[in-house]
Amino acid sequence: MALPGESTLASHGPKRPARAEGRRPPAPAAYPVRTEEDLLTVRHAVRAATVAVGFGLVDQTRVVTAASELARNAYVHGGGGTVSLDYPREPSGRRGLRLTVTDEGPGIADLEAALTDGFTTGAGLGHGLGGARRLMDEFTVRTGPGEGTVVVVTRWAVR
Amino acid sequence: MNGLRSPGVPILRLGDVLVTGLLNELDDRAAIAFTEELTERISAEGARGVLIDISRLEIIDSFVARTLMELTTVARLLGARVIVAGMRPPVAITLVELGIELVGVETALNPEQGLAALGWRQAPQPLEGARRGTSR
Repeated sequence: MALPGESTLASHGPKRPARAEGRRPPAPAAYPVRTEEDLLTVRHAVRAATVAVGFGLVDQTRVVTAASELARNAYVHGGGGTVSLDYPREPSGRRGLRLTVTDEGPGIADLEAALTDGFTTGAGLGHGLGGARRLMDEFTVRTGPGEGTVVVVTRWAVR
Repeated sequence: MNGLRSPGVPILRLGDVLVTGLLNELDDRAAIAFTEELTERISAEGARGVLIDISRLEIIDSFVARTLMELTTVARLLGARVIVAGMRPPVAITLVELGIELVGVETALNPEQGLAALGWRQAPQPLEGARRGTSR
């Protein structure tokens, strides 16, 4: 799904090589999201992952915030789920961090509405899904009534 | 688990202003406990202003943003003005991209400027007064 904002999203910030360039990426890992404490664990893990990939402070903040929104969605709306981290690498060598947030909840009946700012079926602000899309470079979601929800987001290191 | 425990940041009183802060690891329970404790203190102590230092928050997601907005509204209904101070620049950038403007929440660059906005002024150093004080 292409968005007007996405081209500008990819072009922010100074172009500089990732700090961790050349180092081996951490191993992929998965974290359960069943409790409030799990949400904090996910945040810590994602923060550490952004540092390992070599993101600057603003990108770290973007990715951890997006992870927090998506993990909370899975916890609140999906009745719990899983956040998996892995480290894609483009042929050019550019490194990224990919989050896969899965839940087996009721799914999202109206995805377009759920991506609209201010739309919420819960107690949040209704910025979680659309906000996470804006904070990341790539965003896909698979969902449907009764099918649970899988959100995959990627942010690439600026270089 | 004790749901009524304070979130760990004391709420200090300076005249009619309450000064406190938020810890980075704010969960649902801590947010509710914090809001309750703060509103009780506003009411009990007749506070006219509240300064909340958020410089320790490494992220503000929509949950924390909602907590800040609700807390500000509740305090305002009780007659107190809330100023949120010390937001980290990457947090501000991320909040805007997230589409959250913290409508209705007053902010200050740092606690000092927040306190000034709430009516506290840094007095000139009372050199003479201090000397008098020590000599007596």
